[in-house]
Amino acid sequence: MNIPLNIDWQQILLHWMNLAILAGGLYFLLFAPVKKFMDQRAGRYAARDAEIAQKLAEAEQLKAEYQAKLDGADEEIHAAQAKAQQAAQQSAEEQLARARAEAGQLLAKARAEAEYSKETARKASQRELKELAAQAAKKLASRMQEDPFEQFLNAAQGQGGTAHEER
Amino acid sequence: MKQHKKALAVWIFAVLALLAGALLAGPRPRAETVQQAMRDAVLHNLNRVSLFGIKEVNPGLISAFAVTAFLLAAAACIRVFAVPKFKDAPGRLQLVLEEIVGLFDRMARSNSPHRNGFLGAYLFAAGAYVFVGTLFELLGLEAVTAGGEPITLPAPLSDVNAAIALGTLSYLVILSGGVAGAGLKGIGRTLKEFSLPISMSFRLFGALLSGLLVTELVYYYVNLSFVLPVVVGVLFTLLHALIQCYVLTMLTALFYGEVSEPAVPKPASRK
Repeated sequence: MNIPLNIDWQQILLHWMNLAILAGGLYFLLFAPVKKFMDQRAGRYAARDAEIAQKLAEAEQLKAEYQAKLDGADEEIHAAQAKAQQAAQQSAEEQLARARAEAGQLLAKARAEAEYSKETARKASQRELKELAAQAAKKLASRMQEDPFEQFLNAAQGQGGTAHEER
Repeated sequence: MKQHKKALAVWIFAVLALLAGALLAGPRPRAETVQQAMRDAVLHNLNRVSLFGIKEVNPGLISAFAVTAFLLAAAACIRVFAVPKFKDAPGRLQLVLEEIVGLFDRMARSNSPHRNGFLGAYLFAAGAYVFVGTLFELLGLEAVTAGGEPITLPAPLSDVNAAIALGTLSYLVILSGGVAGAGLKGIGRTLKEFSLPISMSFRLFGALLSGLLVTELVYYYVNLSFVLPVVVGVLFTLLHALIQCYVLTMLTALFYGEVSEPAVPKPASRK
């Protein structure tokens, strides 16, 4: 069979064989080793990337934890401040109440004492008045019992003596 | 300064002397006309090379073996001497190798997200073969035909048999992806693209052959052998190498991804 263009099946098969040898040889000698190296390197870089990402995530988590702790500490400080303030206020109020109570007691005591003193003074003055009244009554009574002449003499004596003394 | 001028003068003199010598000597009497040379470049029915005395084959097959030998030797050297010294921060050679391997691997992954392990390896081999095979013609390695005539070994893919082999092999790779990825449906999808092996084969053959014909034409006439080969020989060959490498690998990856996509079951329609 005369095929145009001098096409020769035997030579085509030889070319196929040549291409098969070339493809296999290049695959085993060059393509596979270079690709394997590239894949391994890409794998190493990917692993490194993953490791870095994991470390970054851990660092982020730690940061968040510390931030939460810081926020908690702030709240604790605020709570402690509020508590201390409340305690101080309560203590002040208690002291104030106590002082007021003491002051009331003192006042009551002072009032009682003043009342007592007043009562004592009143009683003393009443007693004094009674004594004076008794004395006066006594004097009056004694005067009533004397002779009117003698009373006159006594009175005159009293006046003359005074004039003589003035001279 | 004086020395520079002297060197320049010597260089210009040498160039002119060589040019004059070439023009005066004239071309070697050719055994074939330009028509025969062009026809042979397409059909390879005149200048055939003996394959170890077993069979006469097209010179393109010898080129293909040479390219494979060169690539495998280079790969073995790199495997033994360079790969064990690879570091995380790559040097120049490592960077180039990683870039080439990564390029085909990425191409396989992006075009065929479901199955791409084997595809990446095949694209790497096919890409290296097309690129190095196309640049191979720049070396101008000489072979002796069965008739005793010296010829320059052409690019492997300028031989129609090599182009058909690579095109059909790529198609078979696509078919295997279809079978592995989607079973019978994958076979159906691949067979639907029945024109693919022909288009792939003859695209490669046409592209490489056109380069070969232009180069043959240019080198046939001695008067065209100055300056012009720099453009048509080197620049066009470099462009060919890059473009054909990209086109073949991209098409293979694209169709492989398309046919290996797992079949999605149709939702049950309500009646």
